[in-house]
Amino acid sequence: MPADPLRAPHDWLDQDAGPVVRPYAVTQGRVAPSATEFDLVAFVAATGATEVAPGVHLQPEHHAIITACWESITVVELASRLDLSIGVVRVLLGDLRSAGLISMSEPPAAEQPPDVDVLKAVVHGLRAL
Amino acid sequence: MVSERSDGSRVPVALKILIAGGFGAGKTTMVSSVSEIRPLQTEEVLSGGDHPDDTALVEGKTTTTVTMDFGRITITEGLLLYLFGTPGQDRFWFLWDELSQGALGAVVLADTRRLAECFPSIDYFEQRGTPFVVAVNCFERDPRFTPEAVSNALDLDPGVPVVLCDARDATSARNVLIELVEYVARRQLAGAGRR
Repeated sequence: MPADPLRAPHDWLDQDAGPVVRPYAVTQGRVAPSATEFDLVAFVAATGATEVAPGVHLQPEHHAIITACWESITVVELASRLDLSIGVVRVLLGDLRSAGLISMSEPPAAEQPPDVDVLKAVVHGLRAL
Repeated sequence: MVSERSDGSRVPVALKILIAGGFGAGKTTMVSSVSEIRPLQTEEVLSGGDHPDDTALVEGKTTTTVTMDFGRITITEGLLLYLFGTPGQDRFWFLWDELSQGALGAVVLADTRRLAECFPSIDYFEQRGTPFVVAVNCFERDPRFTPEAVSNALDLDPGVPVVLCDARDATSARNVLIELVEYVARRQLAGAGRR
C-alpha cells in the first residue's frame, strides 16, 4: 500500500468516478429491494395515480421518477436519465410500486430465450440500419 | 386509482446483449459506435459490507461506484436491443451475473496482442451457457490472424463464430451483432430439433 492513499492511483477510482457522494442517502440507507426485483431492462411506467396513501412521504427523486416514466421506460435508462445509481433507483421504484404509483412489465424470462421469429426480426432490423 | 393506460398491453420487448472482453479491447467503443443514443452510462454502487475484498484497498472506504456503458438499438417500435459493456475489472465479476440474467447472448471482443485477456469472459459464458461470438477487434498495424487461428488459440467449441471487426465502425459492429443473433437462432433451431 503506498504511503499516501489519496494520491495512490487506483484503476477503479479516477476522475471519471465523479464526485464522491453517498448515493444511498436519498433512500435513507435502504438497499432493498433485491436486484432481481427490477431487471435492468424491465419497463416501468407511471400508473397515473395521483392519490398517495396517508403516511407515504415522497421525496423529490420519487417525483422525478414519476415524471420520467410517464411513458414506459427501462430501469437502466431511467437511472441514466436521472443520474442516479441503479441500486438507488430500484429502492425508489420499490417505494413507488408499493404506493401504486408505478407499474412494471417483466422482461422475457431468462430461461425462455426469444423465439426464432423474434431473432429473425432482430437480424432483419439490424441489416436495415 | 388505476390509470386508463390504453397501451398497457403493448409494452416493448427489450433484449440484452453483453459486450465483454479484456481491458482496452474496445467494449466502450463498440457500444458507442452502434448505439442510436449517445452512449449512456449508469452506475452500480458497491457496498463494502457485501464485498469486503473490493474495498479493503482503501482504508475506511465503504462504497465505490462502477460504471456500466449501455446503448440502445430500436429494431421496431415494439422491439429494442440493449447493449451492455461489462465492467472490465475482475473485482466486478459479480455484476456480470445480473447482466447475464436473461441476456440473449454476448460478444467477446478480443485483442490479438493480448488474447489471453478474453479467456475469463469466454470461461464465464461457457459456464453459464450464454451463447457468444468472439469478435477480433482489428487495430491498425495489427498482425492479422485468421479467425481459424484465433479459434484454435482460444480453444473454442466447434461452432462458436469468430469474426474480424473494427469496433469503431458502425457497420462492422452491427455485423458482429448480426452474427451473434444468427448464431443464437441456429442454436435454438438445433435445440428444438433434439427435443
